[in-house]
Amino acid sequence: MVIEALIKIAIVLFVVLTGVSYTVLVERWVCAWVQDRIGPNRVGPLGLFQPLADVLKLLLKEDIEPLMAQKWFHWVAPVISIAVAFSVLAIVPFGHVLMLGNHAIPLTIASGINIGVLYIVALTSLGVYGITLAGWSSGSKYSLLGGLRSSAQMISYELTLGLGLLSVIMLSGSLDLNTIINSQAQGLWNVVRAPLGFLLFFVSSFAETNRQPFDLPEAEPELVGGYHTEYSSMKFALFFLAEYANIITASAVMTVLFFGGWHLPFVDQLGLSSLAMTIIGVLAFALKVIGLLFVFIWVRWTVPRFRYDQLMNLGWKVLLPLGILNIILTAFEKIYLIA
Amino acid sequence: MPLSEIAFYVLSAGAIIFALLTITRKSAVVSALMLVMTFCFLAGIYLTLSAQFLAVVQVAVYAGAIMVLVLFVIMLLNLESEDIRITSSWKSLVGVLVALGVLAQILAMIFMSEDKLPKTISASAAVLGTTESVGTTLYTAYSFPFEMASIILISAAVGAIILAKKRLA
Repeated sequence: MVIEALIKIAIVLFVVLTGVSYTVLVERWVCAWVQDRIGPNRVGPLGLFQPLADVLKLLLKEDIEPLMAQKWFHWVAPVISIAVAFSVLAIVPFGHVLMLGNHAIPLTIASGINIGVLYIVALTSLGVYGITLAGWSSGSKYSLLGGLRSSAQMISYELTLGLGLLSVIMLSGSLDLNTIINSQAQGLWNVVRAPLGFLLFFVSSFAETNRQPFDLPEAEPELVGGYHTEYSSMKFALFFLAEYANIITASAVMTVLFFGGWHLPFVDQLGLSSLAMTIIGVLAFALKVIGLLFVFIWVRWTVPRFRYDQLMNLGWKVLLPLGILNIILTAFEKIYLIA
Repeated sequence: MPLSEIAFYVLSAGAIIFALLTITRKSAVVSALMLVMTFCFLAGIYLTLSAQFLAVVQVAVYAGAIMVLVLFVIMLLNLESEDIRITSSWKSLVGVLVALGVLAQILAMIFMSEDKLPKTISASAAVLGTTESVGTTLYTAYSFPFEMASIILISAAVGAIILAKKRLA
């Protein structure tokens, strides 16, 4: 049991860390493509070793701590950010059950958690601390403003995120991620059943991960670098890592909640063996996550940054009422169309 | 000692230590953060009682939402520089008396109803997950107090907005 869990943790960590470094590379490629440039292609074939070079460079940089910084909190802030980003992955089911002989291995690190969705909400709400603390402990006005903005932004968009989630919970009648996937496998994917809920979740995911067009906590023309202005070397790298880990986590969660997780329609009618089904499931999950990751990157290089008041107006005056409307619509759908 | 008991002692020791740090730290920001840690340890204790719903709500609402707002206000008003000192002795006396009263009440409740308290959350709740149990109880037996609490909260929020608007005009 314990060994099984440890192996799963090791695999997920390895895959996600590799994924993070290559998401950075893909981001730079896509950015170059959008801006009609060539992009990184010097390190290794096609520039594939670029992430290694980046990490080495960051590790070798001097770690500068500002004079006014609160030492301990300055150190702990990136740790909180990265820990929260990775902890959510503990409950994401990345495949169906793997059968080894008679031994069934559920492809989730922590399986059988019946409050899965709430666990995600709780952890994302803790993610604010990493950024807020980084801003406050740096002892710099740019960092502090970035930290304050992030806490205001994340609190505002958490509401919309929760309201978008509610439609999924209402349709599946469960907080357990596996039950949610199964209910989508039997019916339609939630993105079809709750399009408005998906839109709300999608938009607020951008705000929660501090991605463009909502990357106001680090808006460089106004705040130099925002909450991580005073960070250097590996501590900065941790924030960088956390940002991309958050995008991967958000994509994985969105895949599970709205795109049927590891489920592919019509595959179960092909009469394949259970092992083949499991492998197809894992591949389908990975493909969906990669697709969403591409959307994240695509949006970043297409849509310009919002102004701060526009962000708040959108959150409170447009998305929040839409979220309440979404609940009413989903309730009608549940009563008249599904049940 | 069974594992659950060890977990209980570790978690409650953590909760108490961080609660003490909350009231002894000079810096308001540090105090608030120590309170967040206290909430997290409390959530751990709920988990050992297989009250998963309560544990997650504790983290999401108290540690994640309310304390972020508190922290936000402290940072925005820059309370760090302000030296908060209780000047009159009768104020601190009242504070100590109220605290002792609450402590006495809690202790009395514990010792008077020791044999009536369930040792764990009921077996059915452990299987069902406490979300369903809490939801059912909240919307059937306690629906009136629940709705009243929400009305009070909304009126408080509206009142705060009206007060803020008045000052602007």
